[in-house]
Amino acid sequence: MKTENQKAWFFVLPVLLLVAFNALIPIMTVVNYSVQETFGDNLFFWEGLSWFEQILRSDRFHDALGRQFLFTFLILIIEVPLGIIIALSMPKKGIWVPVCLVTMALPMLIPWNVVGAMWNIFTLPDIGLLGYFINNTLGIEYNMTRSPVAAWVTIIVMDVWHWTSLVVLLSYAGLVSIPDAYYQAAKIDGASPWKVFRYIQLPKMKTVLTIAILLRFMDSFNIYTEPFVLTGGGPGNSTTLLSIDLVKIALGQFDLGPAAAMSLIYFAITLLVSWLFYTLMTKDDAK
Amino acid sequence: MAKITLKNLRHSYLPSPKGAEDYALKEIDLDWQDGGAYALLGPSGCGKSTLLNIISGLLTPSEGRILFDDVDVTDLPPDQRNIAQVFQFPVIYDTMTVRDNLAFPLRNRGVAEARITERVAEIAAMLEVVELLDIRASHLSPDNKQKISMGRGLVRDDVNVVMFDEPLTVIDPHLKWKLRSKLKELHQRVKATMIYVTHDQTEALTFADQVVVMQDGEVVQIGTPVELFERPQHTFVGHFIGSPGMNVLDATEAGGRVSFEGQEIAVEGKVTGQGGATQVGIRPEFVSIGATGLPARVRKVSDIGRHSVVEAMVGDTPVKAVIDGEAPGQGDAVHLAFRPDQTRLYRDGWLSIETDGAVAS
Repeated sequence: MKTENQKAWFFVLPVLLLVAFNALIPIMTVVNYSVQETFGDNLFFWEGLSWFEQILRSDRFHDALGRQFLFTFLILIIEVPLGIIIALSMPKKGIWVPVCLVTMALPMLIPWNVVGAMWNIFTLPDIGLLGYFINNTLGIEYNMTRSPVAAWVTIIVMDVWHWTSLVVLLSYAGLVSIPDAYYQAAKIDGASPWKVFRYIQLPKMKTVLTIAILLRFMDSFNIYTEPFVLTGGGPGNSTTLLSIDLVKIALGQFDLGPAAAMSLIYFAITLLVSWLFYTLMTKDDAK
Repeated sequence: MAKITLKNLRHSYLPSPKGAEDYALKEIDLDWQDGGAYALLGPSGCGKSTLLNIISGLLTPSEGRILFDDVDVTDLPPDQRNIAQVFQFPVIYDTMTVRDNLAFPLRNRGVAEARITERVAEIAAMLEVVELLDIRASHLSPDNKQKISMGRGLVRDDVNVVMFDEPLTVIDPHLKWKLRSKLKELHQRVKATMIYVTHDQTEALTFADQVVVMQDGEVVQIGTPVELFERPQHTFVGHFIGSPGMNVLDATEAGGRVSFEGQEIAVEGKVTGQGGATQVGIRPEFVSIGATGLPARVRKVSDIGRHSVVEAMVGDTPVKAVIDGEAPGQGDAVHLAFRPDQTRLYRDGWLSIETDGAVAS
């Protein structure tokens, strides 16, 4: 016997409320700001889509977006292969497994602003261990407050140091789940190490790698704290990534309307690229 | 294809084994004839998978040599031994099509593409998977996956031996039977030496011409299924093969006369050796219920279709009998008769009887 009534809705209600409070309402506030102009005192004037138009046409936004994509691209192209290589070379059993795992997890446990501060001090040319070493021992001029290249190299290296472990740990989890029989069969089939990687390890890591790439994309695309603490977006605007620029507009210039419009565009881009990644990486499974 | 010889093979998983109990394999000497269908039968943990991995080269034995056609291969890695192995869980390359899976071992060895196409077509026809060739292997059902892993083993026409490590474990019961007869048929067609590891006696007895029974890292008996059934060399074989297994009854022996529960019983031939723990072995199929014989009381009767298994107590010892037709009821007083030519004496587990035809080892 089947009972039909609307009671089920009551069970969904708590989730609906939760989602409303943590996502819908905050986002709607931003939407509200993005189509209006305010001068304080809770006075609002309708602006339509002009903020969106202004942002999308502004060179400043294009430059920040370009820098953001460059940053994320470099991060992914370095961290994903590096993470896989490290995971492949980690021991599969024995006492070194926990040692490796803990060592790998350490950078991720450090608060983001501390990471920025650490690397800032680490790279100071006069007293920082790395900065002093490069400038005085190696004799290479390295000062990220003066050279944009030095600043870029530093934020990239810092992010690689901070987040490669995530790719390592996820890949490692995928690797250890491969039964020994696969390696034994590959040996008997005469497969080369490259073929073992290509046809056994990579396919088995695919699911976790998809997650790793998505997480690294979203995190690096939205990165704020570390480069802000390290370079503050400088020298000049050379390391002003989207989020740093956004905060400058919103809190520095107090242009809430354009900042809200930019937030929504930013959000839409993140969502779109994540969706693209996900669709591309999982489309093979459907066949 | 080759004859495989194992010489004084011993293996321990410990770095420095001390006593015999540290060895997973204790002293194995075996010849596997070219083109034979062998089964390696034994309970879990008896060392049969260890032995298989040593033959395939995945494990290096602690002691002893392995010869393929009198060539020592002990130190060769698996890919140079030219063997094939099918594992308990089907191993397939998920991202490849069935066709590429079958071609994989050939491509790795640089076989010409025309020859590969030919072999893959042949094997696919043999396994009846022609219509699956262009499907991605990850979409196959478990039994088809296992067929493909078998196919990858059979696709090379020069393999020395194809080994199966409990290949039907994950297969549904109704498909097990199909795959098993497929395997038997494959063996007759490709004539490769095949070794089939299992703890299931039905699988072993239906597949193999020769069954090697192992227990605790030792080979207890090698023989045809009929030999194993009719003349077990060891009480373990008698008990392990057959359903229900052989009755193994504590007995006494003095001057060639064998007594069980105080009554003298006739045995197959002349008793050999002396001392040790003596037992009488008789299969339930050869115990009959009649008017004369050992007095017993029926404790349990189970109907197993065409026969009934009757468990009767002779004194304090339960004896099983397989009875056709009318079975006695529970609690009935009966008399059990043992067929003399199937009643044997075992001393410390090993057959201890001599007949004109066969001599106990």
